[in-house]
Amino acid sequence: MNGIKIVVLAKQVPDTRNVGPDAMKADGTVNRSVLPAIFNPEDLNALEQALRIKEQYEGVTVTLLTMGPVRAAEIIREGLYRGADDGVLLTDRAFAGSDTLATSYALALAVRRLAPDLVIGGRQAIDGDTAQVGPQVAEKLGWPQVTYAEEMHFEGERLIIRRRLERGVETVSAPLPMVVTVNGTAPACRYRNARLVMKYKYARTDTELQAESADYIAASRPLMKITEWGVDAIGADTEQLGLSGSPTKVKEIENVILQSKESRRLTSADKDIESLVRELLENHTIG
Amino acid sequence: MNNLFVFCELDEGRPADVSLELLTRGRSLANTLGCRLEAVILGSGLDGIENELYPYGVDVVHVGDDPVLEHYRTMPYTSVITGLFRQEQPQIALMGATSTGRDLGPRVSSALHSGLTADCTSLEIGDHYVKKTDTTYKNLLYQIRPAFGGNIIATIINPDHRPQMATVREGVMKRETVNKNYRGELKKIDVAAFIRPEDLAVEIIERHMEARKVDIKSAQIIVSGGYGVGSKENFALLYELASVLGGEVAASRAAVDAGYAGHERQVGQTGVTVRPKLYIACGISGQIQHTAGMNQSGKIIAINNDPMAPINSIADYVITGDVAEVVPKLIKYYKANAR
Repeated sequence: MNGIKIVVLAKQVPDTRNVGPDAMKADGTVNRSVLPAIFNPEDLNALEQALRIKEQYEGVTVTLLTMGPVRAAEIIREGLYRGADDGVLLTDRAFAGSDTLATSYALALAVRRLAPDLVIGGRQAIDGDTAQVGPQVAEKLGWPQVTYAEEMHFEGERLIIRRRLERGVETVSAPLPMVVTVNGTAPACRYRNARLVMKYKYARTDTELQAESADYIAASRPLMKITEWGVDAIGADTEQLGLSGSPTKVKEIENVILQSKESRRLTSADKDIESLVRELLENHTIG
Repeated sequence: MNNLFVFCELDEGRPADVSLELLTRGRSLANTLGCRLEAVILGSGLDGIENELYPYGVDVVHVGDDPVLEHYRTMPYTSVITGLFRQEQPQIALMGATSTGRDLGPRVSSALHSGLTADCTSLEIGDHYVKKTDTTYKNLLYQIRPAFGGNIIATIINPDHRPQMATVREGVMKRETVNKNYRGELKKIDVAAFIRPEDLAVEIIERHMEARKVDIKSAQIIVSGGYGVGSKENFALLYELASVLGGEVAASRAAVDAGYAGHERQVGQTGVTVRPKLYIACGISGQIQHTAGMNQSGKIIAINNDPMAPINSIADYVITGDVAEVVPKLIKYYKANAR
């Protein structure tokens, strides 16, 4: 499929493996500023699929699309280092607090403006594990979706996709345009390319440029621009964004207090283990 | 109108366990709400399937029986479900958090512009007061799930949009029939009226479904390993202990992610919920996403190097020590003492 345009949906996520006690704000939303932020793992699997198609055919372009704070430009650079052609950062205060439905509304509008033939994203993001945004973007676009992809290739004009399901594997054939979400079982993303790192090291969004000092910018050659879009650029209705545009509301957040049982403390010494085993045998828990 | 709907899936031609569990929970929620419980089931050759659902207290079974629906496909299923929901206006719609439910749920919720909460660990009915507008919303579905690193339990509501949608993993809810003679009403869905030609654009070329190989849900004894087990080799010790005790091996998400065990063995919010007689947690720290899937176990033994591991607070026995040292001793003394 020569000349097709691919958009990869990616998200910068807090690394949920390193969550501290200040991770949540009082209103129940995530306090992203205190957490290490990473490229959502399955979105990297998605990028790899796009880059493979780009390598195989002539004139394929790969655009990374992400929604988030200015800081999320980091993952666009990360994508450029690995072989994406360009990136778009959707950033606006109006997006803050969006649930999956409001998020997919904004992403679908941006996808429409980019007018790709194929959208590929990760199955789910590790900060919510909902797996909702891919299908919801597809629905808003009115395009078919194929979820849990682990391998894909073209046969004529149709994409042949192998899906990994809970209890098996399914292969489907689908026409473009469409949305594919990629599973973590798909091949890992290639590493950064040193030449691309040199080329895109100073790729910046407008907001980033304003925040950095003039000297720094003068020393940064070559300078590349990362597209930054707000609500106006995608023609979004702010009523459908953020908290007001989100059907789901957080009613209550409870801190987890585990109810302590009266536990018996044992060591790994032989006598402790043997008496435990005997007790479990006597009360018929085992045996 | 405005009843509680459960989307029922098929598993090798029979209603899936997760769907029957949701019907059980749905029945009690419907009782609280004073509404009817309705089931939707789609497929091909479904004659008599309604009789397998009625005993769970289902008042209406909507059956969509058409060759086009033989295997799950996103678009035709979405068109039928959204078409039916537009007609029936359910107040609540539940589905399993399975490969199918997690593909279908978001598509339907987007089409109907209704909120969807994934992987709920509890569903309740309650009110919600909004101070700003001095409005009380009566009888909302509280969609309760651990969130964000497991530090919190969030209650999610959808005050203004219907249906209120939620997905739930297999095993989270208990499965119980109401009365084997309970009889509801069968309603056939006019499938052709809902499906558009473009819904058939995606074609299934091949399917390989495997029978369930591992069934940790029905095991009475579970030996479960976490990231703290340290290696695939150490995990072999867990298999040995499980086989000696006549149990199954399970794992935490961290252990599955590290490649120590397959996903079918994962216990927790995004895995399976288990209620064995004995749960031996080896090298598991005990994040809420994990404990949500095992805290109803009869007895819990925690083996951990860390005397402060959160799992210890729900354990009946806390063994502070190395998994690689303790597990072989458990095997040894079991063999020595068991008759």
